[in-house]
Formats: sequence, C-alpha cells, structure tokens
Amino acid sequence: MSTLLQVENLNKRFGGLRAVQALSFSLHEGSILGLIGPNGAGKSTVFNLINGVFAPDEGRIVLGGQDVTGEPPYRVARRGLARTHQIVQPFMNMTVLENCVVGACFGRENLALGRAREAAREAAVLVGLEDRLDTLASQLTIAGKKRLELARALAARPRLLLLDEVLAGLNPTEVERMIGIIRAIRARGVSILMIEHLMQAIMSLSDHIVVLNSGAKLAEGLPAEVANDPAVVEAYLGDPDLAAKLRAA
Amino acid sequence: MSEALLKVESLEAGYGEVQVLWGISLGAERGKLTTIVGANGVGKTTALRAIAGSIRPWGGRVVLKGEDVTRLTPHVKAARGLALVPEGRQLFSEMSVEENLEMGAYSRHGARGYASRLERVYELFPRLKERRTQRAGTFSGGEQQMLAIARGLMSDPDLLIIDELSLGLAPVVVHQIFSTLKTLKEEGLTILLVEQNVHLAFALSDYAYVIAEGRMFTEGQPERLEAMPEIRQAYLGL
Repeated sequence: MSTLLQVENLNKRFGGLRAVQALSFSLHEGSILGLIGPNGAGKSTVFNLINGVFAPDEGRIVLGGQDVTGEPPYRVARRGLARTHQIVQPFMNMTVLENCVVGACFGRENLALGRAREAAREAAVLVGLEDRLDTLASQLTIAGKKRLELARALAARPRLLLLDEVLAGLNPTEVERMIGIIRAIRARGVSILMIEHLMQAIMSLSDHIVVLNSGAKLAEGLPAEVANDPAVVEAYLGDPDLAAKLRAA
Repeated sequence: MSEALLKVESLEAGYGEVQVLWGISLGAERGKLTTIVGANGVGKTTALRAIAGSIRPWGGRVVLKGEDVTRLTPHVKAARGLALVPEGRQLFSEMSVEENLEMGAYSRHGARGYASRLERVYELFPRLKERRTQRAGTFSGGEQQMLAIARGLMSDPDLLIIDELSLGLAPVVVHQIFSTLKTLKEEGLTILLVEQNVHLAFALSDYAYVIAEGRMFTEGQPERLEAMPEIRQAYLGL
C-alpha cells in the first residue's frame, strides 16, 4: 500500500493557543482514516492546514508525493484534494447540477463546461441526487444539502476526500444511507480522511484512527485498539483522580 | 420513589435545520442531585437550553411541578422556580458582584425576600461577600462559577440547573462548590447538572443519565452505571 498523504510535525498557533502541535500521521491510498478527539482538539484546524486555508507554522504536508505545504486551497484542489464543510455551504441560488459543475470546473482536472457536466451528473448519481438535478440547493432538506456538499466535492474527482462531520444532524435512516455512500466512494478508489462525532459510525467506517487531544496526537491505531487505550478513555470520560479526591475528602 | 420536580418527555430540539435531540426523557426528583453526562456534541447543553426555554423545543414536553411549561419563555420559567447557570457562566462582567446578584433576583418572585436571600448567598460563598463591589470580569474561573451559581440562587429557585460545573476549574474549587451544592440539596433544593467528567458526575449524584448521539443511552444509580463497560461504548463507539 502506498502513502497518499503524509503529515509531518505539523504545528499551528493562533496567538497563545497551540491549536496543532507536532502532529504526524500518514494515510494509505484507498483507505479511510478517522480523526477523532474532544471538541477543540484541533481536528478542523488540521483539515484547514491540509487543504491550505491556513499555512502551518512548522511542518510538511505531502500529497501524492508532492510537497503542498502552504499552497492555497485552489492549488491543493488541483492536486486532487476535495473537502466538505461541517456547516454546508452550497450556492443556494444554483441548482444541484450547477453546484456540482462548479466543483468539477475547479477540481483536480479543471474540466471544461461540457465534461464538467458529465462529472457533475456522475457525482450526483453517486450520492442519490440524480432526480433532483434541477432543484435549487435552497430547496433541499438538510440531508439533501449534506449529500450535495459531498457531491460537489466528488465532482472534482479527488484522490483524497476530507469529510467534516457529514453525518451530523442526520436522522438514523439518513445516517445509514450516508454511510453506504461513503463506502461506495471508497470502493471507487477515493481515499478518505474524516472527522465525525458519531462514534459508532466512524469506528465502523475507518481502517485507522488518529486521536487528537489539545492539538497533539494522543493515540493511533485500529479502531478497537484506540477505543481500549486508557489514555483515550481518560480523554473522553475525564480524569478519574478528581472524583477519587472528592470521595476521599 | 419520591416526586419528580422536573419531568422531560421525548424532548426534541435543534438549531436551524439540524436536529440535535431525538427524543430524550428524564426526570429530576425533589431534593436530589441528578446529572447528565455524555461526550462532546451529544446534546447535553441543547437539552438544558430546551428545558430552560432559551431555545424552543421542537417536540416533547417539559413538566415543572406538575405543570406543562414546554412553551413558556425563559423569564416566565424563572419566575416559576427554574434557574439555569449557563455554560461559560455568562456573567455581567462590567457589573459588580452585588449587581450581578441583584440581576438574579430580577423577577417579582425573586425580589421577594431579597435582603435575606442575599445574606444567605453570602453565607454560602463568603468569598463573594468579601468582594461584593469588585467587577465580575476580574474574577478567576472558580470565583466566576461561584458567582454564577449564587446569581442563580437569587431567583429563589426550586430547581437549579448547572451546565458544565467543573469545566476549567481547579480540583480544590470543584470540591468547594460541590460541598455547597450538598448543603443546598439538604435544604431541599433540586439540582440538575451537566458534567463532562463521568467519574466526577457519578461521585456527586443521586441519579445519572448518559446521553449519546442525541438520545438517552442509559440511566440509573451512579454505583451501578460506573461498572458498566457500555459507558465507554457510549463515548467511544466501541
């Protein structure tokens, strides 16, 4: 298995806050890597560093063998990276198809309009929006908008897809459906790096898990390994000492 | 089983189009300390907000002292005996300690017996009395949490709801605040709190609820819950 994404010693500060500290991990081609951690652990910042929204203070990001550290998002997109946002951002006054066309035009292959429409249609089919192509994005339900967010990213024909909480706010049926879509995307050879709060879902989808806490890597490994790691359990459930002291007092 | 002062039935709530709570039910018994625990982002704060009325529930019922208060606004609920100590304290930072306490007693109900209640609150938190003229914004985290609780008490509530009791506080302060809560409980106050540290929540409470992914995962006596491997599963999914 070859490495598609390599993150080396990534550091990012915002004023006094060390949002990301000495973070290294790698993602194998064709795999799903889950990034988990408590709120404020730095997960979204890691996404923003990888796709070029922020430049890191230190460290390197290598995508498909090329150093992309500090490149702006549109350049990183050309190298085969696409992402979704936690709060979906469709172009509300454009149709489903038009939204996806935008993704295709400014994606990895910079497609011309005709071929962009083909890629857009394919992406819409993959997420199950093929019968809503002419619907305005604003008319979709939240579940529809979430699938559109994913379709627009897919239309860029990425090698690596970053998914930021695509399951949040969906009802159980919609969650099941979205999990199926994510598996189908991976089956087509697209690698995935995902952030998700629905733990059962991310633990069952991911091949490998990286746990962040206060911006630093706390643990990594197979889902079952990290779920049984005492340090991870403590980060999630809290420090047992505090309770012990209270009981003793 | 003693009487439930607060009963929440199949509560649903969210923000914009995003649903966070998918029908949770819970109760808080008179004179007991009940906690809600759960990982980040599972809907604990949303549940408290929906109960207190700072966001409107999408569905379900909130019953306080036998009365359906689901659709009432926060200030009306406050006048009926519900006080919320919100996440992040939300003090009036430019106001003095005493002015913050005065704001807590704003309702007509709260204004009755103001002087004696102020005295009582100062008894519970002597530090606040020492600093009654100091601006709230200059306080440490622990002092701010004490003031926020004291402000909540000034409305003379039957039910005190506290969001994230221990977040960012030193152990010694947590200990201090907890012993005060215990005193209040013994005087008959009903307390509902959200706490992220599971061990701490279980050590403090008479009854606990575990929320996962916007639903009630399990509930029970803390001693029973603490031994459950399922608690880890609620937090970590495996």
